Amino acid sequence: MSEKKLMKGNEALAEAAVRAGCKCYFGYPITPQTEIAAYMSKRMAKSGGVFLQAESEIAAINMVYGAASAGVRAMTSSSSPGVSLKSEGISYIAGCDLPCVIVNVQRGGPGLGGIQPSQSDYYMAAKAGGHGDFFMIVYAPGSVQEMADFAVRAFDTADKYRMPVMILSDGLLGQMMEPVVFPEITEKAPEKPWACVGHENKRKHNIVNSLYLVPEDLENSNRERFKKYDIVKAELPEADCYLTEDAEIIVTGYGASARIARSAVNAARAEGIKAGLIRPITLWPFPEKAYADTVDRAKAYLVVEMSMGQMVDDVRLATSCKRPVEFFGRTGGVIPKPSEVLEKIRELDKKYNKA
Amino acid sequence: MTSEIQLAGFGGQGILFAGKVLAYCGMLADREVSWLPCYGPEMRGGTCNCSVCLSDEPIGSPTVDEPDIIIAMNDPSFRKFIDTVKPGGFAFVDSTLVTASTDRNDIKVFCVPATRLASDNDLAGGANIILIGKLIRETGIISMDDIEAAIREIVPPKKAQLIENNLKAIKIGYEFM
Repeated sequence: MSEKKLMKGNEALAEAAVRAGCKCYFGYPITPQTEIAAYMSKRMAKSGGVFLQAESEIAAINMVYGAASAGVRAMTSSSSPGVSLKSEGISYIAGCDLPCVIVNVQRGGPGLGGIQPSQSDYYMAAKAGGHGDFFMIVYAPGSVQEMADFAVRAFDTADKYRMPVMILSDGLLGQMMEPVVFPEITEKAPEKPWACVGHENKRKHNIVNSLYLVPEDLENSNRERFKKYDIVKAELPEADCYLTEDAEIIVTGYGASARIARSAVNAARAEGIKAGLIRPITLWPFPEKAYADTVDRAKAYLVVEMSMGQMVDDVRLATSCKRPVEFFGRTGGVIPKPSEVLEKIRELDKKYNKA
Repeated sequence: MTSEIQLAGFGGQGILFAGKVLAYCGMLADREVSWLPCYGPEMRGGTCNCSVCLSDEPIGSPTVDEPDIIIAMNDPSFRKFIDTVKPGGFAFVDSTLVTASTDRNDIKVFCVPATRLASDNDLAGGANIILIGKLIRETGIISMDDIEAAIREIVPPKKAQLIENNLKAIKIGYEFM
């Protein structure tokens, strides 16, 4: 087994990306993700890759667009306002069916917001990453170990489906240190016969393009892409279920919120409340089955987020609105306390279970 | 068993480093650990704190609301955290810099003039580690072997002379009565 290292989430993600074969990193500094860029600036040159601090987030995502067109494993990272800037580029990348990895270490918003941890970019990641008919795959790490593991997985998944993949983290996971063991890299990046790397007059030239002036052509392209999305939806959804087997009050949240919710679930269990936790690992595709499997036993669901409640609708859909879905959240950079979540669990237990 | 530790002071006092030393010790002892800084726009001069959890169970929230142990290295930090300590918990206070006091008698408060001890022993900036030395003695949550290994591991090779200084600081804190 490889050695445990004590690292920040941001650094662990960056190191794992390099090990996964990321050869181009383009970024622009913003708190709380700057450690990714700082780490890459030291590490990339040594690993034979390119680190480039772009003049803006928009430039960085378009550099990723270029590198991905040439079949290179490329990544950019930013925090909330910076990811807004990248959204045009992300749409182009999706429209060209290019694989790449985009990291969002979320901070409070809207606007310039604040620099403390937040989860208010769920909609932007899972629903509306940019203009047009497209989705990106979204992974939500819940620990420093997963910051590393999911960086590797993100590159593999991006190449497999030729899709942009977002790692949706937050300031808490990015800044905290935990022990991490770097995963063994087993999968090699697949061949990319579609990449624009020069045809040397030996084959027809490849075109990477998202412009279709004939409406029917664009419609066909979108329909083809959505066939691929159906495959992704069948193959990829993933959730971590904790004590859900007999749970009556199901708490659900992703990333940092799930950590806090887990502490609250443990405390609720100690009081005799049958609480459990569903932690979505993929936010798109949303792990609907994990919820559907619990609907018969559950009395109610409690969504915990560091936002005003952006995942609530997805939980309602996944449970077909068969049970009440309530929400507890803190926003603007305030981290919810386990005791606050516990109080809400007690309230739900009283309201829906003992009634 | 879980120990939740809150370290707080001014930026530049080595609060984050001291927290990292504790977390590293926990990792060497094969425990679950987390280290969470309260990050702000300022690097030096502002208030600075971090939370460390050492546990035998997977750690849920890395935030600490009711610490078992606090290290307070200035007045604002002492005032902010002293009433949050769990009954039966510990407070390690740099009494060179902290003038405030508490009337809590349900916790053990250890006042160590760490900043003065550091300057008397030519260990400028070592007050944080002196307090860690005292913490080890009084709480026993980490071993002297692990702390030495942690310091040797964390101090960057470029600053190798700091290893001996840190080990000396641990000893001064450990032996302070």
